[in-house]
Amino acid sequence: MRLNMKLAQRAGLAIFALWFPLAAVAGEAVPVAEDPVLEQRMIALSEDLRCLVCQNESLAGSRAELAQDLRQEIRDQLRAGKSDKEVINYLTQRYGDFVLYKPPLKPLTWLLWFGPFVLLIGAAGGFYLYLKRRGARLAGESLSAEEKQRVEALLRNNGNES
Amino acid sequence: MKRFLIPLGIFIVLVIFLGIGLKLNPREVPSPLIGKPAPDFRLALLSDPSRQMSPADLRGKVWLFNVWASWCGSCRQEHDLLLSLARQGSLPVYGMDYKDQPGDAQAVLARFGNPYVETFIDLDGRAAIDYGVYGVPETYLIDKNGTIRYKHTGPLTREVLDGKILPLAKELQR
Repeated sequence: MRLNMKLAQRAGLAIFALWFPLAAVAGEAVPVAEDPVLEQRMIALSEDLRCLVCQNESLAGSRAELAQDLRQEIRDQLRAGKSDKEVINYLTQRYGDFVLYKPPLKPLTWLLWFGPFVLLIGAAGGFYLYLKRRGARLAGESLSAEEKQRVEALLRNNGNES
Repeated sequence: MKRFLIPLGIFIVLVIFLGIGLKLNPREVPSPLIGKPAPDFRLALLSDPSRQMSPADLRGKVWLFNVWASWCGSCRQEHDLLLSLARQGSLPVYGMDYKDQPGDAQAVLARFGNPYVETFIDLDGRAAIDYGVYGVPETYLIDKNGTIRYKHTGPLTREVLDGKILPLAKELQR
């Protein structure tokens, strides 16, 4: 009896799960036709935002339910006349800089923004020093008279053979 | 010998950084709301949808705010822990039913037990967005002044509850 009830519950859950995505898609499709310009702005904005559920997806591309809700929220706010900046502020106040694919420039992110350039300049400086020292070392080395003779003999031989 | 020391040094530093990176949990998004006032809302209660309540009504209390849903499997994992916390009675737990059918939520509480003093019904998930919820369950510790002091994402564990939340709550209750 108990088992039967469990089975029935599972079947109910399965049917619910099957219907669920359909319902989500149906809810999602409506606003596109409503205002194409606004939709375009929303998509442009949400392409630079991270979906918090599937973190490697943008908010524009994610089918996660939270992403749909947030897109709807962005739509509503843009429709209410908010600027892009105000919408981004709204999201960062709640989810932190993590939602931004382009992190803002502030002391905490200086290493992130400038670190690669510091590394590049350091590496270039190191390479320059290395070349300079190597040049100086090679310039200081010269051949003895005996070595010169051997080189010339080898070069001459080589020329005859070919 | 000396010329190998520099690459070896760089390699060791790299390994340390990568090692730290491996230990981090990328799913854990640090909340910007810690230390900020808990966002306000006014929502109907699961126990009696004709009544509404707001976090402002809980001023003067330290309370645990647990966002959950009947459709959320991992919420079931922390349910027993919340029940034992509620029995213990040292920290009141208020719930928020996130994007759910109130009937389903009531059924879950009737079947598995109700750890919540009250449960807010967040039908459209708007209030949860204000709290930066990105995956239920999420749990917040809110102090007497209505400031968020701690946030845990994912099912609560005994370690987090006993190691972090309860000691902090005790301190805040003084």
